Amino acid sequence: MTDISQTPSNMGGAAEQSKSGSLLTQNARTRKRNAAEMRFRGYGIAAIVVGLIMLVVLVTTIVGRGTGAFQQTFVTLEVELLESKLDKKGNRDLEDIKKVTTFGYAPIIKAAVQSKIEGLGIETSLKPKDMAGLLSKDAAAQLRAYVLENPDQIGQTVEFRFLAQSRVDGYLKGRVSRESIENDKNISGAQLDLVDALVAAGVVEKTFNIDFIIGADASDQRPEAAGIGVSMMGSLFMMLVVLALALPIGVAASIYLEEFAPKNWLTDIIEVNISNLAAVPSIVFGILGLAVFINYMHLPMSAPLVGGLVLTLMTLPTIIISTRAALKAVPPSIRDAALGVGASKMQAVFHHVLPLAAPGILTGTIIGLAQALGETAPLLLIGMVGFIASNAPETIADGLLAPNSAMPAQIYEWAKRADPAFYERAWGGIIILLVFLVTMNTVAVILRRRFERRW
Amino acid sequence: MPTFWLVILLCVIAAAGYVLGRQRALSSAGGDARALHSLPAYYGYNVGLSTLVPALGLLVVWLLAQPMLIENRVSGMIPAEAIPEGTTLGLVMSDVRRVAEGLDIAVAEGVLTSEQVRNMRSEFSDIRGRLGEVGVALGSDVRPEVFNAAQAYRSSSATGHTAMVIAVALVALVGLGLSYSKTNKDFRARNTVERAVMALLILAASLAILTTIGIVLSMLFETRNFFGLHSWTDFFFGGTWAPNFRGDSELSILPLLWGTLYISFIALLVAVPIGLFAAIYLSEYAGPAVRAFAKPLLEILAGIPTIVYGLFALLTVGPLLVRIFGQGENGVLGVEWMSGATSVLTAGVVMGIMLIPFVSSLSDDIINAVPQAMRDGSLGLGATKSETVRQVVLPAALPGIVGAILLAASRAIGETMIVVMGAGAIAKFSANPLESMTTITTRIVSQLTGDTDFASPETLVAFALGLTLFVLTLGLNVLALYIVRKYREQYD
Repeated sequence: MTDISQTPSNMGGAAEQSKSGSLLTQNARTRKRNAAEMRFRGYGIAAIVVGLIMLVVLVTTIVGRGTGAFQQTFVTLEVELLESKLDKKGNRDLEDIKKVTTFGYAPIIKAAVQSKIEGLGIETSLKPKDMAGLLSKDAAAQLRAYVLENPDQIGQTVEFRFLAQSRVDGYLKGRVSRESIENDKNISGAQLDLVDALVAAGVVEKTFNIDFIIGADASDQRPEAAGIGVSMMGSLFMMLVVLALALPIGVAASIYLEEFAPKNWLTDIIEVNISNLAAVPSIVFGILGLAVFINYMHLPMSAPLVGGLVLTLMTLPTIIISTRAALKAVPPSIRDAALGVGASKMQAVFHHVLPLAAPGILTGTIIGLAQALGETAPLLLIGMVGFIASNAPETIADGLLAPNSAMPAQIYEWAKRADPAFYERAWGGIIILLVFLVTMNTVAVILRRRFERRW
Repeated sequence: MPTFWLVILLCVIAAAGYVLGRQRALSSAGGDARALHSLPAYYGYNVGLSTLVPALGLLVVWLLAQPMLIENRVSGMIPAEAIPEGTTLGLVMSDVRRVAEGLDIAVAEGVLTSEQVRNMRSEFSDIRGRLGEVGVALGSDVRPEVFNAAQAYRSSSATGHTAMVIAVALVALVGLGLSYSKTNKDFRARNTVERAVMALLILAASLAILTTIGIVLSMLFETRNFFGLHSWTDFFFGGTWAPNFRGDSELSILPLLWGTLYISFIALLVAVPIGLFAAIYLSEYAGPAVRAFAKPLLEILAGIPTIVYGLFALLTVGPLLVRIFGQGENGVLGVEWMSGATSVLTAGVVMGIMLIPFVSSLSDDIINAVPQAMRDGSLGLGATKSETVRQVVLPAALPGIVGAILLAASRAIGETMIVVMGAGAIAKFSANPLESMTTITTRIVSQLTGDTDFASPETLVAFALGLTLFVLTLGLNVLALYIVRKYREQYD
């Protein structure tokens, strides 16, 4: 182990030792050194294996816990849309129908559940109120939305798929068991018996849930109705802002620094600044956003525009660093040739260098965007959590300025809530977020493979 | 006119300017582009840019300066005796703004007409109730000084906005007119345009400096306000973190700093050995196939958003640790050392996983930069591979590795989501890694989310914490870069 720094007397000892032994049999010291070698190598392999195991555990946890969110339990019922309850005047005037609140729809649903169970001949001791309790608290609102969209259906009997409440959903997915509900006010053992009978009859079933992907968040009481679609729109608008600002500014800054900047103290300061900004904790950008954009400029709280601005500042260093690398990779002969046929320096850069560097710039931009898409901490400070973004934005201005959430912020919001049914949503949201990130990174890799030129 | 449409209008004028400028240049040369000094498009760009750039510049400056000027004027209207005991001018001004915004919303939603608002007197009408109807909640009844200030605020905002639209449009048209009249075949359009583009490039590059200045200034101002309300000795040297709303909060950074450093230490304890050994194996032992397979896979860990790690800490690692160290029949060890899922260990371990690729890829680069001749010399003297790594390669790479570890430490100190979800909320000095503790970033998030009142030390302390965090991470980064750079010079 210490052969390099050995003293002469030690060396002599070793020589004596080897004189008495054979080259073909290992002496004790060699064995020890070889064992140390194997151990060291083992540590290296162990470290890599541990790292890879962590990755596997992480991915399997996400997939295992999150896929449930894409399936949802529905109860199919025939609902009689009584004209006497929903449209008393009978003139199908939307304004009149709107006056009937969800409380007006509850009895209709209750009757539908009761008649379904009686029609199937299922014996149960439950009261009609508890039977209807199998449905989501969102059921009445669901039905009301349907009626407001199709007022001509009033007076007829329609088949309708209601969301089941989250405990029923959890029971079908194995999250809720008969033991775990002993102290649960939301569901009873008798109700689960009824669920078993209804599953056997095919009334209650688990199907793919598109509303999780396109829907809006729901309140604390209704995890089964929550979706990530609206916050996805929020993320989309933020990314548009980032793309529209960070790409041109980043490219312009890189062109200046790489092609035109003289070597002086100002350029040095800018370069040091950019590398330092890349290492500033993201939450500091959130503080900046709060202080400058919201407190000083009075931009609206929770607006994707503000989120986009903050993420732009955060992403700029990444884009500048990769753009500079792409510009540097274009050989000087290209510039010299352009200058040689009479182009100005600016023309050489904009007409020749920039197009050749475009794939590299695009790759860097996509990676920067992917980073921005997954960032959460600054969004917490500018208020993109803690409320329910219920409506998808209708116009571009709305999308930029109306309060919204973003995918990672929505996931954080779900993780904070008390009902474990929201955890499944959070993991499911992570799957969607990761799908976006993987897609973006794959596109970046493909772009690089396909268009990158080696000179 | 909303600012958005103003920008669109400017773009339309600029596009028209491009067409006009190009046409005029061509017609001055009798339709023969060869007689022009520059390519025809440059004349168009010249007119377009002279229309757009000064106008947009004015717009930005105006948008930045107007709130400040109005704030100054309106706050002059509030007499010193109108500021109630225990609050500050800033707090009164935020009331004024809320009332003004509320009135704007009320007008926009049609609850009140602008005529009504103008003739409102706070002495006679219930403004708080009326604003409550449109969703603007006010803490107390509106006092006449505040209401008058709000009215002044509204009217000067409206006047300012109108003046801005007119001024910006005027500047755009003047720019258009001037540059159009200058356009003829001998005008050096390309040189002018290139000078302007150069200025824009420099502006974009200096945005990085502006951002840094913005970060430092915004935090410095609020930190100064904070130290006006709270003693700085308590912040830096006190021993307790106990914010409350009675006004006698103890806000000391020390317990938070302890939690931050403790969690970062555990994270490094996980990340440094694993990352370093992985880097050594990948660069010294692994064949190209293993390297091509393992390196990108490990680096995936660095690309996963921190919210995912946070959720992993909260919902997987935390409960797992509780099952091992927890109480009751659930505990595998049967000890009662841990009660909740959040703890220093939870956050530290998960953060360590996140930092593995960070340490490994940085050290990998550094180990690869050690010249091959040094390895060959050591191996030629009969050292085994591991002896070479331990006694030759690592000492040569040591400064770089220390730099990498410092960078990882700065990452760990500034990390937010993992500690917000995994570390807990109790500020204390404790050496037990199974207790939940809190960190600087966690407290910044909790002091600044929800309803914040920018006149109370409980909110403003977040800026002082942020500034400390900024200085801390910046110092670590600068130190790390210094060490790495110094090391690099030895072999280049």
